[in-house]
Amino acid sequence: MSAPCACQNWVRLARGLGPDALGQLMPMFLWLDPQGRISALGPALGKILGPGRILGSRFEQHFRLRCARAGRSGVASALDGRRRISLSLRVRPEITLRGSVADVGLGAADGLLLNLSFGIHLAEAVREFGLTETDFAPSDMAMELLYLQEAKATVLNELRALTVRLEDARRSALSEAQTDPLTGVANRRAFDLALERLIRGLGRGGQSFALAHVDLDYFKSVNDTLGHAAGDQLLRNVARVLEEETRRSDLVARVGGDEFVLLLRGATDPERLQSLGARIIARLEEPFTYGEQTCRISASIGVALSPDYDEPTAEAMLADADAALYLSKRLGKGRCSLAAPQADAEGMRA
Amino acid sequence: MHGLINKSIQAFLRANYGQRLWLQVAERVGFDSEGFEAMLRYDDQLTEDLLQASVEALDKPRGVLLEDIGAYLASLEPIRRLLRFGGEDYWEFLQSLDELQGRGQMTLPDLELPELALRTLRGAQFILDVDGTIPGWGAVMTGLLRAMADDYGALAMIEEAEAAEGREAVQVVLLEAAFNEGRRFDLARPVGSSR
Repeated sequence: MSAPCACQNWVRLARGLGPDALGQLMPMFLWLDPQGRISALGPALGKILGPGRILGSRFEQHFRLRCARAGRSGVASALDGRRRISLSLRVRPEITLRGSVADVGLGAADGLLLNLSFGIHLAEAVREFGLTETDFAPSDMAMELLYLQEAKATVLNELRALTVRLEDARRSALSEAQTDPLTGVANRRAFDLALERLIRGLGRGGQSFALAHVDLDYFKSVNDTLGHAAGDQLLRNVARVLEEETRRSDLVARVGGDEFVLLLRGATDPERLQSLGARIIARLEEPFTYGEQTCRISASIGVALSPDYDEPTAEAMLADADAALYLSKRLGKGRCSLAAPQADAEGMRA
Repeated sequence: MHGLINKSIQAFLRANYGQRLWLQVAERVGFDSEGFEAMLRYDDQLTEDLLQASVEALDKPRGVLLEDIGAYLASLEPIRRLLRFGGEDYWEFLQSLDELQGRGQMTLPDLELPELALRTLRGAQFILDVDGTIPGWGAVMTGLLRAMADDYGALAMIEEAEAAEGREAVQVVLLEAAFNEGRRFDLARPVGSSR
């Protein structure tokens, strides 16, 4: 490919282009003599190769030619016939340079002219060698690349911060949507979801579990005599007792005014459930002091066990736990009853 | 309007007048969330309301408020740095303003920066024509150009110019491009800076 040139005296152009003019046009040019020694170089390249005698030193002392042609020694020979080259710096091998090569003189009789620029490691090079805007030719897109890189980092930071804020908001909305505001335990919605999850898990070999329905006895009289504030305090107290008596992996939920349910994972031994129920009832029966007044409540509990069902459903387990709770109430309150599946009152183990 | 614009106004009010004033303004415009998100879009009218409420709360002329916002923007390190990529000295920076809208769009394609065109009147006297989607960009650019003159260490007289009907412009008289040192600017981002 030959460049169009209207100038008859193009030799004058070539003669007039001294190292300063070349350096202005190409701050990273390099002129090698036929032996591969540096004859002249642009100001930016001078900055990069650092102090010390550069002129007259060998090309290979500063650069490593990437993908050099096998079997050729000497840079002039290695570059022979190439237009695009890729180099790395000896002092910082991770910083790569790319560029083009042109012959100087007929058959490169006066050596080779290289014009180099940074590739993707531009930002590192700028930092490493303290380069400034004047080290780049205005026609070089380096400034735009640096600008974009920085703008992109700023925007990404902003987006990342937004994502974190949205995620926090999502989590807290989720937890608010599943928490009983008075007691801080799970609400009906969270309980329904957890029960569905446990039942689905059973089909995939998950842990069996017990569902206990806890209903407070005599709560209404506390509300009526001591007022709602006392009632609220009492409910918070009940929630705390239930959480203390169950394990971290269990779920305590408030599903009505004075109704709580427990999902007890892996707890299906009737005797142990009975003793858990008795322990809970005993603690809830402890006198409750509000201001200067003391009152007492109790609780009735009905329990349904997932292993008692061939195919447990939330409806059936809830209904059976309810029926067992009803039995506890009928038998005099303050007690715990276990349900059998599809059972009538006679089938229950009070 | 791009959230970045609204968030800038919010950040300006908070930084210069405190959280309480920002909350007052937010209440006036009926914006009750914790604040604007830079990467979301909002209704254009909200920006207009926000400016109006700020003018009322601060009892400042709209033009002065917008100039202050422009100066504030140029004082934010990430924005200051991006602006400094415009050129090596203030003269070059002025010449680069024609590309500012394009640079903005290269970063955020939906950011509606005004279209800027620099005209040279005499050697060191320039008119920057400002054509934005909402009125007021002329004042913002006036404040921003003044702050950047300080940043470059240039001595310049910068005023919002009288412009033809419905158009906005800034007049810049550059007395000395290198009056003093100016603030430091390294092409490489400071190490450890997350922004």
